[in-house]
Amino acid sequence: MADLELDCRGLLCPLPVIELGRRIGEVEVGQTVAVASTDAAAAHDVPAWCRMRGQEFVGAEPAPDGVPRYVVRRLS
Amino acid sequence: MYLDTASSEPLHPAARDAMVAAIDRGYADPRRLHTAARDARLLLDNAREAVAGALGVRRDEVSFTSSGTDAVHRGLLGLAGPGATVAYSAVEHSAVLHALAWRPDVQARPVRVDRAGRVDLTDLGDPDVVALQSANHEVGTLQPVEEAASRGLPLFTDACASMGRLPLPAGWSVAAGSAHKWGGPAGVGVLLVRKGVRWRNPFPEDDRVDERATGFENVPAALGAAAALQAVVAERDEVDARQRALVDRIRGRVAQIPDTDVVGDPADRLPHLVTCSFLYVDGEAVVDALNRRGFEVASGSACTASTLQPSHVLAAMHALTHGNIRVSLTRDATEADVDGFLAALPEVVRAIRQDAGL
Repeated sequence: MADLELDCRGLLCPLPVIELGRRIGEVEVGQTVAVASTDAAAAHDVPAWCRMRGQEFVGAEPAPDGVPRYVVRRLS
Repeated sequence: MYLDTASSEPLHPAARDAMVAAIDRGYADPRRLHTAARDARLLLDNAREAVAGALGVRRDEVSFTSSGTDAVHRGLLGLAGPGATVAYSAVEHSAVLHALAWRPDVQARPVRVDRAGRVDLTDLGDPDVVALQSANHEVGTLQPVEEAASRGLPLFTDACASMGRLPLPAGWSVAAGSAHKWGGPAGVGVLLVRKGVRWRNPFPEDDRVDERATGFENVPAALGAAAALQAVVAERDEVDARQRALVDRIRGRVAQIPDTDVVGDPADRLPHLVTCSFLYVDGEAVVDALNRRGFEVASGSACTASTLQPSHVLAAMHALTHGNIRVSLTRDATEADVDGFLAALPEVVRAIRQDAGL
């Protein structure tokens, strides 16, 4: 489990990344946020968000229902 | 203000003049032996000669096809024999991807690209055929075609994005172009097959003037395409310098908008286009908002695609795929035009982000 789990199933781009941008501040530096997303663009845009915002992309792994979860560590 | 010439360039006046002149003369079957047919044949041969001259190739290397896509399909599939392995850059146009997917016997493998979208030739491997575009149609980055060809492999280059705007790269075996992308009419592609290259028509044959193409020749359109190409090549040094400076101006200003990914090589690129993505912005929303203000741009974001998939080009480059726009200039775009666009764009992006609560 990440420190914050965001359920973005059913949301189309850019909504999962908007949700991530809005809520990253809810975890401490060094903690993680996971975005569960059914949107095809999230696989590219969560890592791109990390690069642009100076955060760490930890990786992707499936949730129990098979939906990808994109895990991000807050660095700043 | 039309900012989507990378999708289709407005008809060049030279094309219009040539087509109007040819439309009452070029109707007959150029294969027949009577006077009207010989007249049509003469116009078609003139068109071929003009294209060959403008591109610096032999006239017997030039075929007119029914579209740029058809030229890509024929060109690539005719080069790839049964069971061939084909290495293609991960950022090729979908026409290349669809052609390869259509041939179950062909073993196709994507070659990775760097952050600028330039193919990594260390990942090329040892295929039977290489498919490498001259320049990327979405982000403008030029590809190292000559270097790829120096390995001695048969190379197909999709030159649709650059033909007329830039000289053809050296080293290709087969190349394809599309007239409506340089200011000719739609429905005319150019297929170039180098003398001596092993290329076989991959589709049913037809008994026409040119054994590489099929269907009744659209003589007035071929002549219009040729006239536009000649004109664009003659004007290219002046237009290239002007467009390059305007795109530099756009790149510089857009990079100042917070959380913006300006995509593609900043210098080694097509003269007329630039692509950028704005974080937290919906691609469809930015295209619509710009259109309401009179600026017509394209987008590679998933929400603007019929497939609802993001651009495979942006994805392969690890660029941001949402909030994407591609801006491509007409040949007569001015600094004042660009400044009008640059005055509107930051406000449009800010408003969309504000609506999203960011």
